[in-house]
Amino acid sequence: MRAFSYVSAPDVATAVRAVSETPNAKFLGGGTNLVDLMRENIEHPDVLVDVSRLPLNGVEELPDGGLRIGATVRNSALAAHPLVRTRYPVVSQAVLNGASAQLRNMATVGGNLLQRTRCLYFYDTASPCNKREPGSGCAALGGFTRDAGILGVSERCVATHPSDLCVALVALGAVVEVESTRGTRRIPLTDLHRLPADTPQRETVLERDELITAVELPPVPAAANSRYRKVRDRASYAFALVSVAAALRLDGDTITEARLALGGIAPKPWRANEAEHVLTGARATEETFDRAAAAELDRAQAVGDNAFKIELTRRTIVATLRELTHEGSRP
Amino acid sequence: MTRTVDGEHLVGQPIDRIDGPAKTTGGARFSAEHAYPGLTHAALVPATVSRGRITAIDTAAAAAVPGVITVLTHGNAPKLNPPKRPTPANLSTLVSGTQVNYLNTDEVHWDGQPVAVVVAETSHAAREAAALVHVSYERLPAVVDFAAEEPNAVAQKGNPVMPGSAKKGDADAALAVAPVTVDARYTTPQHHHNALEPHATTAVWQGDELTVHDSTQSITWLRKHLALRFGVPEAKVRVLAPFVGGGFGGKGFAWPGTIIAVLAARATGRPVRLLLTREDVHRAVGARTPSAQRVALGADTGGRLTALVHTSVTRTSRVGGQPEQVTAPAQHLYDATNIRTAQSQTTLDWMPNTSMRAPGDAIGSFALESAIDELAGELGIDPVELRMRNEPERNPIDGKRFSHRMLREAYALGARRFGWENRSPEPRSTRDGRWLVGMGVATAYHPAMQFTANVTVRLAADGTVTVRCGFQEMGMGNATVQAQIAADALGVPFEAVRVEYGDSALPASVMAGGSMQTSTVAGSVLAACGKLTRRLSTLARRTGMQGRTPTEILTAARVPFIDAAVGSDTRLGALAGQARMLAKVVRDQRTWAKAACGAHFCEVRVDADTGEVRVSRWTAAFDVGRVINRKTAFSQLRGGIVMGIGMALFEEALVDRRTGRIMNPSLSGYHVPVHADVPPIDIACLDEPDPTMPLGILGVGEVGITGVAAAIANAIHHATGSRIRDLPITPDKLVT
Ligand SMILES: Cc1cc2nc3c(=O)[nH]c(=O)nc-3n(C[C@H](O)[C@H](O)[C@H](O)COP(=O)(O)OP(=O)(O)OC[C@H]3O[C@@H](n4cnc5c(N)ncnc54)[C@H](O)[C@@H]3O)c2cc1C
Ligand code: SF4
Repeated sequence: MRAFSYVSAPDVATAVRAVSETPNAKFLGGGTNLVDLMRENIEHPDVLVDVSRLPLNGVEELPDGGLRIGATVRNSALAAHPLVRTRYPVVSQAVLNGASAQLRNMATVGGNLLQRTRCLYFYDTASPCNKREPGSGCAALGGFTRDAGILGVSERCVATHPSDLCVALVALGAVVEVESTRGTRRIPLTDLHRLPADTPQRETVLERDELITAVELPPVPAAANSRYRKVRDRASYAFALVSVAAALRLDGDTITEARLALGGIAPKPWRANEAEHVLTGARATEETFDRAAAAELDRAQAVGDNAFKIELTRRTIVATLRELTHEGSRP
Repeated sequence: MTRTVDGEHLVGQPIDRIDGPAKTTGGARFSAEHAYPGLTHAALVPATVSRGRITAIDTAAAAAVPGVITVLTHGNAPKLNPPKRPTPANLSTLVSGTQVNYLNTDEVHWDGQPVAVVVAETSHAAREAAALVHVSYERLPAVVDFAAEEPNAVAQKGNPVMPGSAKKGDADAALAVAPVTVDARYTTPQHHHNALEPHATTAVWQGDELTVHDSTQSITWLRKHLALRFGVPEAKVRVLAPFVGGGFGGKGFAWPGTIIAVLAARATGRPVRLLLTREDVHRAVGARTPSAQRVALGADTGGRLTALVHTSVTRTSRVGGQPEQVTAPAQHLYDATNIRTAQSQTTLDWMPNTSMRAPGDAIGSFALESAIDELAGELGIDPVELRMRNEPERNPIDGKRFSHRMLREAYALGARRFGWENRSPEPRSTRDGRWLVGMGVATAYHPAMQFTANVTVRLAADGTVTVRCGFQEMGMGNATVQAQIAADALGVPFEAVRVEYGDSALPASVMAGGSMQTSTVAGSVLAACGKLTRRLSTLARRTGMQGRTPTEILTAARVPFIDAAVGSDTRLGALAGQARMLAKVVRDQRTWAKAACGAHFCEVRVDADTGEVRVSRWTAAFDVGRVINRKTAFSQLRGGIVMGIGMALFEEALVDRRTGRIMNPSLSGYHVPVHADVPPIDIACLDEPDPTMPLGILGVGEVGITGVAAAIANAIHHATGSRIRDLPITPDKLVT
């Protein structure tokens, strides 16, 4: 880790100005990802502007029944919030399935959205990596790709986005609010992360000096019957091989509303639009679930040794929807 | 003499470990926690090529980091004597982890070999600077792909304590005609130790006197090794390791960190602390070799084994490495009419492999005990019953007598506690919601050995006893156990005994390895206590104080204390001791087949959709001879099982076959079990002393891990019908 300077911002305007005016400055949330990357010599900011103490740590109910979650709400506080647990259980489950209790106590919502890939070669400064050093090549190709994506990847980069929280949020149609010296803008979470294409180093649509201030969840009736299912190599404290965030509203055995998103398989939290399309209005049967999974995975492609992910994703989608159907149809 | 165990005796009691309070209150100082005036901090720079020559090292940027004192490379480091070639005639030569003369050569022999060290006023400065050292290499062709090299493996040499190949009858011919057979290939990947405490050294030179705090399992040998490498008399070197935060074999030898810390202290004239990063632990300390194994079994329709073939290929390095007894269990476990075992090795441009908990036996038992389960399936015989039908009366390979073998009893006890009779024989026949449930069983087996240790015991007139011995405590409870033994032998309370250990200034002991430290030290403590008892009775007779307490006798005799010593630390004494020890080990090996053994029973749950495995129940019944302390012994056995769960389901070094570079050198990438992966573990011990070992101890350090991976693989097969022969058993292997 290189030496750097640190400032703690008292308010949003100061934070935004500080980063905007200092060439190699970065926002610091809980530091659980950024400081790791600095220790591993992957990121080298000269200045850290700590935003974790900004007064953005509330969860408020919106007039339409949605929620506004401040960007500095700690992951553990988010998971424990009563409104989150009852209206959007999938969010609470996604957070609790990630990292460890200690990390969740530190990590912020804003930081979680912007955490970077866990690709083994990205973390190894002795390996070429287009994301870390644009144009140097991608060492993952031809190497270990068990954690690589099956959807949305490019020849330049096959890495996945590691966040669990994002998968739940993207399924619910969350909107991200961003502040900069140029004002405020609202970005649907589905549009926040970019696909790698030829520029894997550009991971989001944010400018360097744009501060995430809040995430808003619209009211989603189906979300009361929602679930986050994470498949991983050990029972806890491991990133997802595949994860599924799903919500179903049923009228008898007809699906009236469906939300589905996938994690661990793409460079961004993956909203499963194709699958949702098949599900909505269809009967909640194993056959429908199979068709929905097949529709989403139609364009999935294996990269080296991750072919198992296509089958595993299919199975996990079907299993999660099956469980929700049993639970949703219970009186 | 051994006393019987009853309520009055300490041996057998679950006494709290005496180092517990120091460890739980933070009072225990580990090797990176010693403060010295002027202390400096070091950080290693690892090579990033598997084979090559250093053409240039640019240290300018590193040297410019504020706080950096020096950057040492092969260009400016002090000269170091090369390590001696390993020979069994001088066991201390085995202690060098590699044959490389660090920072004294421009040659690179593995990806991760330290090629420079930064010494700085703070650890942050040292690490920041280490990342700025730029090394240029001439790359040379390197052989790094174990799987690709397998066909080029050559036969591995055996030695007196580690048999190589063995043969009885004609196993291949018997296999060809056997009515029922299993013939399968199993593989295990490279494993890393990952003890809680990363390897650490604090080195201090005062003139030509060297003091080293090192997280070593081998104080005595490390001291000899440092004396040799740095060209000073052994008497000038003191190695201290009273607390070691776990070793498992990974701290048995001298790895680069230790040598380079001492070198850096010599170069700077200041005390140096070098605490390896987790990445360094993976790149600069030996690991468990990967293996490819074949087990072929032939049986008659009644399940009696007619043929047993077990062969293995492991890896060694061009610059050192340990042979492993992968096929040893096949020589002892089953009464097969014909047996053939053979071990071979490939040689790679790789970090030399090293011992890791039950070297050889841990991975060999995975293959053998999986194959036996497969055979049970072929035969339609219960796997426990199949084992009972093939339980030998004498050591199968050579007909030697067992000094002790209670595997039948262990199976009976374990099966009863576990409820094995409730298992339905059909695979994939039990389901609980989304979970497929299965039960598996496997045998644990680990050879028992006893070496020799020098010990002095002092009995003082105030009634206190001091045991002095340079053994090491890595959390196993050895100090507690030796205090129990001495207290019983001298008839004093437990609290009256103080045990001094972990210091090379004490009488020399064995390394902590091979599950033999407790029995070895116990043998010497008992002998010394015997001497003291005899001297005490002489004094009692002389003073007319027969039948009185030691305090009364010594007071009457006006003697402040009496001492007894076993072994001698003079040069001649040490040589004689080593000769005696080797002779005894060889004699013992010729006479007896001696081992700790046991039976693992487990239940697993496998998610029917995703292939996620959860181990839900565990019972293990062991024959480990006499149990001295139920608490510490059971904790060792339990720890072995936890480590075995890791081996079965998670652990795997990802070595890029293009470069030979480890890609997951961290605890986030290299998975070990977390609490949620470990079920309650029920341990039972038969607690019958072995007649040929001091106090009847057979050792508990390693037997626990053997058989664990097979028990889990067998349970997974029972749950799902899928037989996975390649570790670790991750979900991808169960969904495709
Ligand atoms: C061992 C380990 C295991 C983990 N396991 C999981 C897991 O299983 N699942 C999972 O989802 N995650 C996991 N994580 C990742 C963890 O969730 C993230 O590290 C965490 O959410 C990041 O939040 P933070 O506040 O600490 O971010 P920081 O590390 O502070 O910042 C991350 C990035 O976000 C930027 N940033 C922070 N706040 C803002 C803001 N308000 N506006 C704009 N930019 C901002 C920073 O500049 C930085 O680029 C794991 C982490 C570790 C270390
Ligand atoms: S997959 Fe992406 S992050 Fe990984 S090495 Fe390739 S370019 Fe880098």
